Amino acid sequence: MKQYILRRIGYSLLSLFLLSLTIFLFVRVTGDPVALLTEPGASQEDIEAMHRQFGLDQPLWVQYWHFVASFITGDFGQSFYYRTPVLDLYFQRLPNSLLLAAVAMVLSLVIGIPSGILAAVRVDGFWDSAGKLFALLGLSLPQFWVGLVLILVFSVSLGWLPSSGSGTVWHLLMPAFTLGWYFAAAHMRLTRSSMLEVLGSEYIKLARLKGLPEALVIGKHALKNALIPVITLAGINLVVMINVAVIVETVFAWPGIGRLLYEGVTFRDFPVVQAVVVIGGSMIILVNLLIDILYALIDPRIRLES
Amino acid sequence: MAGQTLLSLEHLSTHYVSQQGTRVVRAVDDVTLALGAGETLGIVGESGSGKTTLALTMMRLLPPAAHIVSGRMMFEGEDLLKKSDEEMRRVRGKRIAMILQDPMASLNPLFSIGNQVAEPIRVHEGASPRTAWQRAVQLLKSVRIASPETRVSQFPHEMSGGMRQRIVGAIGISCEPRLLIADEPTTSLDLTIQAQYLNLLRDLQREHGLALIFITHNLGIVAKMCDQLAVMYAGRVVEQGPVSRIFNAPTHPYTKALLGSIPRMTDGGERLTAIEGQPPDLANLPVGCAFAPRCPSVMTRCRAEAPPEFKTEPGRSARCWLAEPLALRSSAA
Repeated sequence: MKQYILRRIGYSLLSLFLLSLTIFLFVRVTGDPVALLTEPGASQEDIEAMHRQFGLDQPLWVQYWHFVASFITGDFGQSFYYRTPVLDLYFQRLPNSLLLAAVAMVLSLVIGIPSGILAAVRVDGFWDSAGKLFALLGLSLPQFWVGLVLILVFSVSLGWLPSSGSGTVWHLLMPAFTLGWYFAAAHMRLTRSSMLEVLGSEYIKLARLKGLPEALVIGKHALKNALIPVITLAGINLVVMINVAVIVETVFAWPGIGRLLYEGVTFRDFPVVQAVVVIGGSMIILVNLLIDILYALIDPRIRLES
Repeated sequence: MAGQTLLSLEHLSTHYVSQQGTRVVRAVDDVTLALGAGETLGIVGESGSGKTTLALTMMRLLPPAAHIVSGRMMFEGEDLLKKSDEEMRRVRGKRIAMILQDPMASLNPLFSIGNQVAEPIRVHEGASPRTAWQRAVQLLKSVRIASPETRVSQFPHEMSGGMRQRIVGAIGISCEPRLLIADEPTTSLDLTIQAQYLNLLRDLQREHGLALIFITHNLGIVAKMCDQLAVMYAGRVVEQGPVSRIFNAPTHPYTKALLGSIPRMTDGGERLTAIEGQPPDLANLPVGCAFAPRCPSVMTRCRAEAPPEFKTEPGRSARCWLAEPLALRSSAA
């Protein structure tokens, strides 16, 4: 067991190393940030002075070492563009991302679980087909397109909802739905398949043989069992949602960390991009590590394999 | 027959129809059976002979592809086939209970034993949670669970297989049904536990005046437990009657073969006879008697014409041309 956990931690650190190296190199491929921060026609000396100031004159491996060292000490350096500590920027934006993710998660569960149950209970019926279509669209329509269509309908044509920004409940609706649809589809499909499996079980047969009303068979005996995997997935997805809302936050100008990442890429603000990606990546890697360990605690077969 | 008739099935047929409607499986075909109050009926046959489908037909809890296509199902003077789904739900668990093949999987892992035993009492009798819970404790005691007061709030995974089986039995008798259908209730238990469980069922039967239907392929259990026997083959009852009469003098060659395949202490080392061939495909039955291809006493007539049910003695019948000369006069079926 100890060996298993150590090995999992080793894999996690390896993932983190590869992630940091990749983002470090990719962000540098986008070009020179100084070109965006200086006036056109700035003197060569000014440009070089700025390079020195940001440490961009050093060899790549030295720059990478500084980045890793700053990450380990928990100090992500200064933003090139805002000239303030990156961590301050990050924590300014984080509450907005948490709010958006929480509302999108609630939406995805409120839509996904009941429709998944309905699809399983009426398998191959109208609601099952409708649910399949809803899930197919949710998983395959690009979020920027969904966002733009929503803006077109509800902001431009109907004028009901603000197209961008934050501050009121109305600002939250469209981004939360755009982000939540994909996850609603995922939660619906898992609820459906898990419910179908449970409905075929012997204890459901016995519940019916006992003469229980169908509402009790489904709502009590089947639902509680069927929701276990859905809740596990939802927990992972909440962490994912906080970190992957880049497109949604950009389309709706929602001031979260996704939007911060987008701005960082636009301005070639290397420390910001590196910090947002590595912090988000760490969260997801950490959640996966915890799940691996929890599964090993629950299922003795996994422990033995190691 | 002891007492009045509790259940009588008349020409009951249940067919599975494929989605295109092209393939019809006659899982239960023209079954006529009767059971008196407090009696025990054993239904035996190979896997796939329609035993379980017959049981689920009696509960009216069939999978969507299965349809009860004809017959009557008289229970305490009412035709169960004429009841609405809601009326039938109130019969299940209350007047007719059924317990399943696999006791290990029959209990919901997420609810306490007490919750699951008390549930039918609350639903069918509208008992308060407290009353139902107390009844659950008594039921556990009556199925001989030690320290029922603690066991009642435990969960299925904390119980052994034999205990779970007895808990499923407690659920079966929780609303004091008139009829309990047990579908191979002891296949997954070891022999000692099996014997204990059978004794328990017999005691419960005596105490509650319960009629029992045993679905099994174990003729030993039939000999020990049952008054009446029905032998099923390819969806039909091929022979039925009092157990002792059939065991002493089976009429149908299939019944003879089944009895010939049980080891006996008295057989001084004789070889057991196996039944040659495979059970037939229910979607594609032969024209004549379904057993003809495997029958050691097959006649030309058997391959052309399926035999009707011949009544050979009061309360006894067989679907075999060999039984025709024995048939009572009034009984041309």
